[in-house]
Amino acid sequence: MMESVLILGAKSDIGKALAREYARHGYDLILVARDAGIALKDFASDLRIRSHRSVILRDLDILSVEAHKDFYFSLGKRPAGVICVIGYMGDQTTASSDFREFKRITDTNYTAVACFLNVVANDFQRRSKGFIIGISSVAGDRGRKKNYIYGASKAALSAYLSGLRARLYPHGVHVMTVKPGFVKTRMTMAMQLPPLLTASPEDAARQIYEAQRKGKDIIYVKGRWRLVMGIIRLIPERIFKAYCNF
Amino acid sequence: MGESAPLIIKQKVRDFSAWGRYPRVDGKLVSPSHPKGLGYFLKSGDTFIPLGNRRSYGDSALAARMLDVRPCNCMLRFDTDKGLLHTQAGVLLSDILKTFVPRGWFLPVTPGTKYVTVGGAIASDVHGKNHHLDGCFSKWVREISIMLPGGQVVSCSRRKNHELFLATCGGQGLTGVILEARFYLKKIDSCLLDQVTVRTNNLQETFDAFEQYCNMPYSVAWIDGTAKGPKTGRGIFTAASFMNGGDYDYRPYGSMDIPVEFPPFFMNKALLTGFNFLYYHGARERVSYQQGIDIDTFFYPLDRIGKWNRLYGRRGFVQYHFILPKGQGFDGILEIMREIGKSGISPYLAVLKLYGMENENLLSFPMEGYGLALDFKIQKGLFHLLDRLDNIVVARGGRLYLTKDSRMNRKMVEKGYSGIWQFRRFRRSNDMDKMIQSLQSRRLGL
Repeated sequence: MMESVLILGAKSDIGKALAREYARHGYDLILVARDAGIALKDFASDLRIRSHRSVILRDLDILSVEAHKDFYFSLGKRPAGVICVIGYMGDQTTASSDFREFKRITDTNYTAVACFLNVVANDFQRRSKGFIIGISSVAGDRGRKKNYIYGASKAALSAYLSGLRARLYPHGVHVMTVKPGFVKTRMTMAMQLPPLLTASPEDAARQIYEAQRKGKDIIYVKGRWRLVMGIIRLIPERIFKAYCNF
Repeated sequence: MGESAPLIIKQKVRDFSAWGRYPRVDGKLVSPSHPKGLGYFLKSGDTFIPLGNRRSYGDSALAARMLDVRPCNCMLRFDTDKGLLHTQAGVLLSDILKTFVPRGWFLPVTPGTKYVTVGGAIASDVHGKNHHLDGCFSKWVREISIMLPGGQVVSCSRRKNHELFLATCGGQGLTGVILEARFYLKKIDSCLLDQVTVRTNNLQETFDAFEQYCNMPYSVAWIDGTAKGPKTGRGIFTAASFMNGGDYDYRPYGSMDIPVEFPPFFMNKALLTGFNFLYYHGARERVSYQQGIDIDTFFYPLDRIGKWNRLYGRRGFVQYHFILPKGQGFDGILEIMREIGKSGISPYLAVLKLYGMENENLLSFPMEGYGLALDFKIQKGLFHLLDRLDNIVVARGGRLYLTKDSRMNRKMVEKGYSGIWQFRRFRRSNDMDKMIQSLQSRRLGL
């Protein structure tokens, strides 16, 4: 039987690119999103035709955390790997005064994702195999004025994944943190992004697949973000607070 | 992200052009992720033109508002028994090749680049090196689903909404937004081809080669545009057919992009003469045979150089692609090449092809005869020269390819295309002319 990969947040451009990448390399797919059955129907047909792999669509609202366990164990076959591409940028201004928006950002990016990965981690630990990939963000590396609420939730996810990696390492389960910088998706299409720091979803998917194969722990997409964020993290707080208005 | 992307995204574009990089427009690129978003957009009542992968050459897909169909790029179904493929309009032919050649299927008709969308292939009713036997792309299309300017989705075929089908195939996207199509692929026994190459000394020999090898499925001739006098029309003729046995191990080439726009003086006469000389004398014997040529080498040689249009520099280029009825082919092409020779302007690339029967679509380009495609860098005196060539083409009953055009006038299109009157009537009576407009449709009153 073919191994399968479960992608959470499969409607996103990176999610779709990852689905194509893993299908191309022979994996069956379980694509999960809020209304996957409708929204991804054509995409799934396309994947099946292109790759001859089995593609299953499952609806899940990641915020319904109570349902995660039943959902996961109701999957016909357990996946060999889980990739979480979920992310919600939200609106920083709204979130700084409106608790609902704040909670939505924090829950979507961290609480709900971590709840789901808890279920997966326990299963993978029991089976002593599998890989978990969490898409975090460079925004989690340092809180910035423009998007610190989003950044804080991604920082929490990065810390969670780091701890999870250490916990599962002795059990042969690989946990990888991905920190994308700019990705040219439909969400960012209208923005002017610096070409040297911007990846296409396909580039990102290729890079993530390769890194997972090699068992990497933390990767930046594109790789040069590691340097950029390294420098940004080194800026003393007293200068950062006053001059770094990005 | 977790949030689904909005149904429609608008983006401002500047200096936006198609493959010829002439003309250029500033405008808005509208990109729906879903036909539902498209419906909302149509309700806004703004004029627009659908846009594929921008491989037409002129202004047929340019306007102030352009509707990008590429996000709709899913293959929906493949019927292995019939070879019938159902796709959305934004699927690229290169994706179809990547998926199906390894399974023994090929496009029944393919243009000289694989980077066109299915929607674009229909709207231009593209043809390939096998036109003399297999016709245009539309011949293999069974059904098209199209969103009309009013937002309703209808399907058309040879049996259903026949006039819409005839107007849509070759209709430059002016009848609505092509959403999906069902078309046939063709079975091949190998992904490699056997090729015969003939080096010809003049136009007569080039024509003879076409006649001699007219049973070979694929044929084309590169013509040395710099040759003059008795050598006029000399070139390299190639014909090929798929091999009978073999494997389907298709490995698409990566392409090397031309990284920057070249200065306008790069493509000059010396370079051109040198290139033509080398290419022509690259074929050592008069007739030679090659076995095991792969698909990308034979069908898509220029795709290996990504963005080669940048070689022509900032001002861009025009491809003058005309066709003449068979009886006029030889004399007409000689007359045109002499006229070009007199002008001192040389074409950079010249490709000759024998075409088969005309189809009944209202604006399809091919007719039974000879077609020649000439690439010219935009330069002083060029447009006057092309006007003179127009007169020759019209006098001999020929026409120009709308997909390559950026400059012909109304008289030219009216003399060339007898179906244009019906096309105009059809557009008007269905309110398509008010909603769907390109720079070209305005210039030509399509």
